[in-house]
Amino acid sequence: MTTTAPALVDFDDVVAGYEPTLGLEVHVELSTNTKMFCGCPTDFGAEPNTQVCPTCLGLPGSLPVVNRSAVEAAIRIGLALNCSIAPWGRFARKNYFYPDMPKNFQTSQYDEPIAVNGWMDVTLEDGEVVRVGIERAHMEEDTGKSLHVGGADGRIHGAEYSLLDYNRAGVPLIEIVTKMIPGTGARAPEVARAYVTQLRDLIKSLGVSDVRMDQGSMRCDVNLSLSPTGSGVLGTRTETKNVNSLRSVERAVRYEMQRQAGVLDGGGVIVQETRHFEEQSGTTRPGRRKETSEDYRYFPEPDLVPIAPSAEWVEELRGTLPELPWEHRKRIQEAWGLSDEELRDLVNAGALELIEATVAEGAPAGEARSWWVAYLAQQANTRGVELAELPITPAQVARVIALVAAGDLNNKLARQVVDGVLAHEGEPDEVVESRGLKVVSDDGALIAAVDEALAAQPDVVEKIKGGKVQAAGAIVGAVMKATKGQADAKRVRELIIERCS
Amino acid sequence: MSDLIRLTAAELAAKIHSGEVSAVEAAQAHLDRIAEVDGEVHAFLHVGAEAALANAALVDEAVKAGTAPASPLAGVPLALKDVFTTTDMPTTCGSKMLEGWRPPYDATLTARLRAAGITILGKTNMDEFAMGSSTEHSAYGPTRNPWDLSRIPGGSGGGSAAALAAFEAPLAIGTDTGGSIRQPAAVTGTVGVKPTYGGVSRYGLVACASSLDQGGPCARTVLDAALLHEVIGGHDPLDSTSIDAPVPAVVEAARIGAQGDLSGVRVGVVRELGGEGYQPGVRASFEAALRRLEKLGAEVVEVSCPHFEDGLAAYYLILPSEVSSNLARFDAMRYGLRVEKGASAEEVMAATREAGFGPEAKRRIILGTYALSSGYYDAYYGQAQKVRTLISRDFAAAFEQADVLVSPTAPTTAFPIGEKVDDPLAMYLNDLATIPTNLAGVAGMSVPSGLAEEDGLPVGLQVMAPALGEAVMYRVGAAVEAARDADEGGPLIARVPEVAK
Repeated sequence: MTTTAPALVDFDDVVAGYEPTLGLEVHVELSTNTKMFCGCPTDFGAEPNTQVCPTCLGLPGSLPVVNRSAVEAAIRIGLALNCSIAPWGRFARKNYFYPDMPKNFQTSQYDEPIAVNGWMDVTLEDGEVVRVGIERAHMEEDTGKSLHVGGADGRIHGAEYSLLDYNRAGVPLIEIVTKMIPGTGARAPEVARAYVTQLRDLIKSLGVSDVRMDQGSMRCDVNLSLSPTGSGVLGTRTETKNVNSLRSVERAVRYEMQRQAGVLDGGGVIVQETRHFEEQSGTTRPGRRKETSEDYRYFPEPDLVPIAPSAEWVEELRGTLPELPWEHRKRIQEAWGLSDEELRDLVNAGALELIEATVAEGAPAGEARSWWVAYLAQQANTRGVELAELPITPAQVARVIALVAAGDLNNKLARQVVDGVLAHEGEPDEVVESRGLKVVSDDGALIAAVDEALAAQPDVVEKIKGGKVQAAGAIVGAVMKATKGQADAKRVRELIIERCS
Repeated sequence: MSDLIRLTAAELAAKIHSGEVSAVEAAQAHLDRIAEVDGEVHAFLHVGAEAALANAALVDEAVKAGTAPASPLAGVPLALKDVFTTTDMPTTCGSKMLEGWRPPYDATLTARLRAAGITILGKTNMDEFAMGSSTEHSAYGPTRNPWDLSRIPGGSGGGSAAALAAFEAPLAIGTDTGGSIRQPAAVTGTVGVKPTYGGVSRYGLVACASSLDQGGPCARTVLDAALLHEVIGGHDPLDSTSIDAPVPAVVEAARIGAQGDLSGVRVGVVRELGGEGYQPGVRASFEAALRRLEKLGAEVVEVSCPHFEDGLAAYYLILPSEVSSNLARFDAMRYGLRVEKGASAEEVMAATREAGFGPEAKRRIILGTYALSSGYYDAYYGQAQKVRTLISRDFAAAFEQADVLVSPTAPTTAFPIGEKVDDPLAMYLNDLATIPTNLAGVAGMSVPSGLAEEDGLPVGLQVMAPALGEAVMYRVGAAVEAARDADEGGPLIARVPEVAK
């Protein structure tokens, strides 16, 4: 496809002439054990088409049954976003044809969403707070995945053939839609990113999704329009999809502002369309053209009964809401005596929860922090993975710390134990055992090693016997070498003096 | 012809369970009968002789071992409408779209039949996807009415009704969306019951219109229908719309009814069902039935259901709307027919749907797609739902004055094949009297009331009862049946002519 590159307007000029209006639609894949309407597992990354059944394949005759855990998660998300929970609502069918949608309709919620009319206060870097209105949060099922093989760019047009994987079909999704966010001016990109970041943290704290943008368990669509400053007329919006990281959210908003301003400055009009964000270039390109009359022919899903959460149930779920993540952080910051910068580093490194979890397993905060931000951070960096992706758990780190505290390991050995855990050699105690890493404090073994070293260097023995105690250093070194560093050096010295006296 | 095939299901079951007749003999007698007459009748699309005999052999083993039968109908043969999924037989729904499709799962109803030890002989013919009143819309050719092979057996479940009337099976299963069990029963002189919506699981019933479809029993006597009703009825966690309540005690009610005393039962004659458009012989038979009801001690009153007159119009908006969505899944991507035409998925979908659906299915898909379109939804679908509510209210008011409501089941006796197939509106009028119960979700049945004087063909009496009020409905149906049989010197079905070959 050839399109002339649009003239981008300098960002400062955009905000001088135009006022952006933002809208964000975030899809969150819930981490329920089973799918939205059937009992199939939802594990990510399984062999294609192994987590399917008649219902999620939409086979003739199959029927959906609502997953109660998904409704519970939706209600908790709604409550955490200060929404009202609908006392009665139906699912609806959104009808359109696409091969990755088994029934050629998506079971969703349309005009009766489970949660409506809430808000979230978003804090920017400099402490400014922007209240983002939440229009609605509703439940729906995910589609399958298409893999278009051949052709230019992995799109269906021009592909030689397509492969379909329905493992994802029917996985529960919550779509969270903001109200229009006006008046953010030059801060629009930052507000968008901060909103998505905070939403991610919030949902993570609820434990209902792993909110991994890189794995698609959190996906963001950015709606943006510009209106000439002071005109009070809302511009035509575009919807940018495929925005798959926090950084991309910010870049997509910025790019669309610059692109749209270019079009408008050139006397053009913005086409209401779906655009795709290109991660590489940081640009957006037109996607599926929204036909003016795209008509999903919504109607209430007759195969399901209405969802009618009782007030008691909603209140019970409200009682399960955890401390808000940003309030929680403030508390941790005070408890651990962290500066704003230190806290931000921990958060950005994804270390905060890991440290907390390690502390929860009994480790002192200082030790836990030091392990995660130093040695483990290095390991993650070397392997090119996120800290949380390292194959070691906070409980295992806490155990290593405990072993050091008990004197069973010194720091050098502790790092070797951690290496063993990272190499999938088992629990820390198993690694200690199998690698033989315990600090040798057993005198029997040490005496044998000391005697051997003394026998090898009779001249040194003579010196020690002659009162030159400092000569013992050479023997200590030999013993440490022989015990591969596992001996307690202080005890070795004591033994040498003893044996020579 | 073997005497075994003329027995009622209850009689045959008694002989099998006492060891007088083997289930294998019973199955074989019916398979022989199918081989003998089905070339003329064409009630079956598929006969599963091997599986039928295997099931019968298991029943015989149990009888020999002295174990209690799996159900009161264990070993009795049955004809299953080809709209329920079966793992051991194809499921086509009378459509080219599903020619040869072998479902990977059994419908809940199928599973219950198997668990009850019932011998499934095969799958019966039907109007494509259960849309029609004559079985002429089957892609596999029409079924013929055993009373007169030049006439239709009703529809959509004409295959099941004809199988009963031709003594190819003593029991059958139908589905009733707007009369597809009751109207075929009426025109073949058999008994057909549409249970309360939610009374019988729809899991594995290939949907026509989800909010209207209901599977139910078909038989030659009311007691046999009741016995089958108790086997297939009851809550199913796989169907969200199935009612979590015990199955009404319909067998007991049928036995009480057969004793011939209806004193204290109020029977409401629906003024709006039975006026213009009803064949004289149908009206005469209906009046004779009313006289019998009075003789049995029932109190016959007239009730008015003014909104029933709008039922047909509402039905032909709601049904096609749901059909257009339910039938969207037939797109060649996963199962069924696939027409490789054109280069894109959309072209293959379109070509397949063009080739796979018959004219009636296409007509309703187009109607429904239109009715759900934005801008028309409120005027059509929304308005029809309001009528539906009004019809439910009419029923509620009528059931204040009467325990059951009655009407002729169908306005005419069986009409000649080909007479109405090109006149959809004339065809739709066949269901005028049966549609209101589907719209309201209440129960209805058709029992033979006699033969029309002018053509000597069977006429059905419709008995309707409130939701879960099947017991009183069966009681009245059994009483009418017993009284008619006594008056006329034997069951009506005994007068069906032998199939001419």
